[in-house]
Amino acid sequence: MRRRFGLGSLLVLLAAGAFFLLPLVLTGIFSLWQGGSTYNLATYGKVVNTGAVWTSLLLSLRLTIETAALSLVLLVPAVIVINLRAPRLRAVLEVIAVLPFVVPAIALVAGLTTLYTGPSWLIGTANYLVVPYFIITLPYTYRALDIGIASLDLRTLTEASQSLGASWFQTVVHVVLPNLKAALMGGALLTLTIVMGEYTFAAILLFRTFAVFIADTGQGAITEAAALSLFSFLITWAAMLGVVFSNRRGQTALGGAR
Amino acid sequence: MAAGAAGGGLGPRLAALLPWVFVAGFFAFILAFLVGPTLALAVQAFAGPHGFTLHYVRELGSFNNRLAFENSLIVAVASALVGLVAGGLIANAMLQPGAPDWLRSLVSSFAAVAANFAGVPLAFAFIATYGTLGVFTLFLKALGVDLYGLGFSLYSLTGLTLTYAYFQIPLMVIIFIPALEGLRQEWREAAANLGATRLGFWRHVGLPVLAPSLLAAFVLLFGSGFSAYATAYALTAGNIALVTITISNVLSGNVMLAPQVGAALSVGMIAVMVVLILLYALASRRAARWRR
Repeated sequence: MRRRFGLGSLLVLLAAGAFFLLPLVLTGIFSLWQGGSTYNLATYGKVVNTGAVWTSLLLSLRLTIETAALSLVLLVPAVIVINLRAPRLRAVLEVIAVLPFVVPAIALVAGLTTLYTGPSWLIGTANYLVVPYFIITLPYTYRALDIGIASLDLRTLTEASQSLGASWFQTVVHVVLPNLKAALMGGALLTLTIVMGEYTFAAILLFRTFAVFIADTGQGAITEAAALSLFSFLITWAAMLGVVFSNRRGQTALGGAR
Repeated sequence: MAAGAAGGGLGPRLAALLPWVFVAGFFAFILAFLVGPTLALAVQAFAGPHGFTLHYVRELGSFNNRLAFENSLIVAVASALVGLVAGGLIANAMLQPGAPDWLRSLVSSFAAVAANFAGVPLAFAFIATYGTLGVFTLFLKALGVDLYGLGFSLYSLTGLTLTYAYFQIPLMVIIFIPALEGLRQEWREAAANLGATRLGFWRHVGLPVLAPSLLAAFVLLFGSGFSAYATAYALTAGNIALVTITISNVLSGNVMLAPQVGAALSVGMIAVMVVLILLYALASRRAARWRR
């Protein structure tokens, strides 16, 4: 029963293509609209010259870097140690990696505001967002890391390195981490797509990230919001293409701030 | 080098402890910022001025809160079903033996991008397309079809479902590809040799084998639709009764609801998600049976 690529499959993919491309193309046209039947690039000029666009974009980028750095310091060593020294604790890690799904973002932010009303060095600056961002990116960074570690023979690598006289720390830094480069890269790019689009925590905790700025802009200047949304899509596109190329396993590629 | 110095200076016993400091730090962070806030919500939802109370949980039965839960469930089920069917068909189409390789990588790469394109930008893309002044709406109007006159509104449950489909369908494509790849070619050939039509194969072999994977996928999509907040808020400016939006209104003081009711709503959401994740674990364990 050798099946050819039939008419039905073709129609399904064409319909899907229309559904997914239409909003992108029409948002592009909408962003050029100046009222009446005038279409030009004036909106983009306005957006580029708005200082708040850049400050909010830079804030989101800074939070991305800080979140990725926190994952590197807090999550990566813990996962490596557990895999090397206490594989039984992996079950606990698996449960923890599911918890952020169980507690929706809006519930987590409600819990955080209930529990933490100070100190101001923690909750007073936008850096506080790194705390929830670490939590919501955890399932994706953990999955990327777990797949990366599973593809290594960790035990042989560490035994070889230690028999050559390396300390435990040297083994991790010079042997394990370089081998996890692709996984770490994939995790960082997923962090980028999630943090750049994240709205819930930033809006409720009153910090002006890129997504919050787009939402505020949309209250008055809807064509500018459309232009910024397209730009945001391009960021997601670039980051996800990076993930696809750095890691061919599709399972890690489920993120997003819904 | 730095570690060598630290190990030499602190003695081997401390050096051996160092790895566990990382593990303890990670667990402490999770306790402080994930488990702690969740427990705080539970305490807030059940603690009254005179100890334990069900007062706030009973508030969930009030008209507005019940409506919010109903709407959230409707959107979650509807968008999950749309995602399940459309995503399933797309995944199946792209895996046909005749499909060229470039098409496969195009569909799966685009699915990875679109599944992550959600929240505020997605809402504005849909407003620009299907909103009252959207390009598509105006185009149809020029052709004499008045979408909004026909009862469609982007700012309704139908509109939310349409918008959520933009991330639910690609999510389904991504999670369903491995399950479809697990359907062996030999099973199709065996069924064909026994005289089964294509429909007969799906009815008696394909769908029964895929049933647990479909259930697992449905649960995952349901969860992503149920807990969505940013997309719905940006689309409707907060003017639609959903659980997530009600909670945010409580948090920002936009409604006359006690913070404890907000906590009870959050606990209600978490309870739904716990049931879902248990169903998911059961379903995916059954699904794994066929994948050896």
